[in-house]
Amino acid sequence: MSGLAHHLIILPIVLPLATGAFLLLLDERRHTLKALISLFSVLLVVWAVVALLLQANTPLPQTAVPQVTVYRLGSWPAPFAIVLVLDRLSAMMLALTAILALSTLIFSLARWHRVGPHFHSLFQFLLVGLNGAFLTGDLFNLFVFFEILLAASYGLVLHGSGHARVRGGLHYIAINLAASSLFLIGISLVYGVTGTLNMADIAMQAPAIAPGDRVLFEAGMAILGVAFLVKAGMWPLGFWLPGAYAPAAAPMAAFFAIMTKVGVYIILRLSLLLLGAGAGASAYFGDPWLVTGGIITVLFGTIGILAAQDLPRLASYMVVISSGTLLALIGVGDTAVTAGALFYLLSSTLAIAAFFMLIELVARGQAAGADVLAVTMEAYGETNVDEDDDDGEAVTGVSIPATMAILGLCFMACALLLAGLPPLSGFIAKFVLIKALFQQPEVIPGTVGSTAWILTALLLASGFAAVIAMVRAGIKSFWLPLDGTVPRVRVVEIVPVAGLILLCVGLTAGAGPAMRFADATAQNLHFPGDYIRAVLPADFQAPALSGGPQ
Amino acid sequence: MEIILAIAIGVLAGSGIWLVMRPRTYQVIIGLSLLSYAVNLFIFSTGRLGPRAAPVVRAGEAGDLLRYVDPVPQALVLTAIVIGFAVTALFLVVLLASRGLTGTDHVDGQEPEA
Repeated sequence: MSGLAHHLIILPIVLPLATGAFLLLLDERRHTLKALISLFSVLLVVWAVVALLLQANTPLPQTAVPQVTVYRLGSWPAPFAIVLVLDRLSAMMLALTAILALSTLIFSLARWHRVGPHFHSLFQFLLVGLNGAFLTGDLFNLFVFFEILLAASYGLVLHGSGHARVRGGLHYIAINLAASSLFLIGISLVYGVTGTLNMADIAMQAPAIAPGDRVLFEAGMAILGVAFLVKAGMWPLGFWLPGAYAPAAAPMAAFFAIMTKVGVYIILRLSLLLLGAGAGASAYFGDPWLVTGGIITVLFGTIGILAAQDLPRLASYMVVISSGTLLALIGVGDTAVTAGALFYLLSSTLAIAAFFMLIELVARGQAAGADVLAVTMEAYGETNVDEDDDDGEAVTGVSIPATMAILGLCFMACALLLAGLPPLSGFIAKFVLIKALFQQPEVIPGTVGSTAWILTALLLASGFAAVIAMVRAGIKSFWLPLDGTVPRVRVVEIVPVAGLILLCVGLTAGAGPAMRFADATAQNLHFPGDYIRAVLPADFQAPALSGGPQ
Repeated sequence: MEIILAIAIGVLAGSGIWLVMRPRTYQVIIGLSLLSYAVNLFIFSTGRLGPRAAPVVRAGEAGDLLRYVDPVPQALVLTAIVIGFAVTALFLVVLLASRGLTGTDHVDGQEPEA
């Protein structure tokens, strides 16, 4: 690799940062210009991320060694300075982020980007934080990117203002500030024991930690884990989630679907890199906690979707279920299960994002949704809602024919995806997972079986609850309101929703290649030797470093 | 020295946690600030404590571990202070917005029914 292609990896961080900063300088009234610049930046990021994904998925020439691209930010070798690392998992998460960013940005162009100040700047900064968190190979740098994405998300949770959002936002900020303190304590404990912040270097040091220090290392990892589990929304650390997501503006709630997945991503990365099979006495340190916590989270989310009175709250509890399922599956610690979990992550994140945007469109015909929007508009001195609607009609001509039919179809697709019913990708994900759960090798006879049965029952039960909740919500929104007005929906609003659902359809049709990718990713994660070799210079590696699939 | 620092961190963290649990937003923000002081001192302590030890190796001097402290935790503390300060300021704005919208300083935006 030569020339500019080598620097492509930094583009998803630098470009949104520059765009966001530049947009601050533009007058708030120039909506169209701001929207165009913002959209252009996101499109460029999508292009870069696709190129990076292809690059990460191509093995090095003449070998089967996965390509791990390391970018030295200060041109210093790895353990001394911060590096960005691109492997299959980070490339996959980057791609997911970019897709969600593009679709939610397009959706918000219809209306939402005008209801509060500096929407586009905050949006771009959130993108910086997300991309950085997925790319960085340094623990403290991860903290910095986390704070960037959180600071931007604080602004976006409040976007549109109003009672419910400020109250939810207050809780959200308070819990995240407390979690950041835990994050810092965890980092300094790990640094105090290993003397390094580079993830690959910590992984190298982990097996050789003195027995007296090991308890400190494990305490540090546990505290770090708690900080990430707050973000991932695990029970009992996730009570903030429905309160913050449900009142948030629809496109923002959809984009936030990826934010709990940042927590899940870090847990996946660190538990397999630092506490995986090669970690000596600390191997699989947190796994029982993850399985138990994940199971309880799914149960909590299942009760939540059955009890939810309105659609945004239902969607928020879907996020909880998705997180809980992923955490429990990561805790199982089997390669095939991890592969299935990655496929589930893709499918469920896309579906939840589509669902968050869809419910805003559906609710628009009903009084409750209109109230929230009216308060929002009033708070920001926008013209009243009816007038705005008339403008929209003048631009798009008539509202789309058969709006209700299209919305209904999308709703059905979301229900199938979230419940994991055939024929869409949610079903494939659950099928792969259940198959993998029962095929994993038994380390201690008898134990695998019971975990597999419990998790299988949980997957099916949460799917069944999702069917009940979605059917009930669907009947209430589509069949019950006889005199309900047909919501006015613009093309730019339905296209992203349909696009995300079509991507899930594509994931269903292309399940073979997608699963091969997920398998390869899981292999890389469970045998991180290649990752460590790529990040650290040769003279830093212990001779006994084992790696590669056996 | 260690015991003094440990007690200081403990007192700060303890009062911070107690205040974070309180129902008034002002108490919560002071609690979060105290917590972040405790965390900053804690990070600082991972770089070893010692009087008259600079975090740089002077030119011409042997890199004697007894004569200098680890510079990395100090850099981390600096970053953590800056970030913590900015986010606390942001929280203060939200706190004021909540006070303005709800007319109460209770964290839930409404007084509990007595």
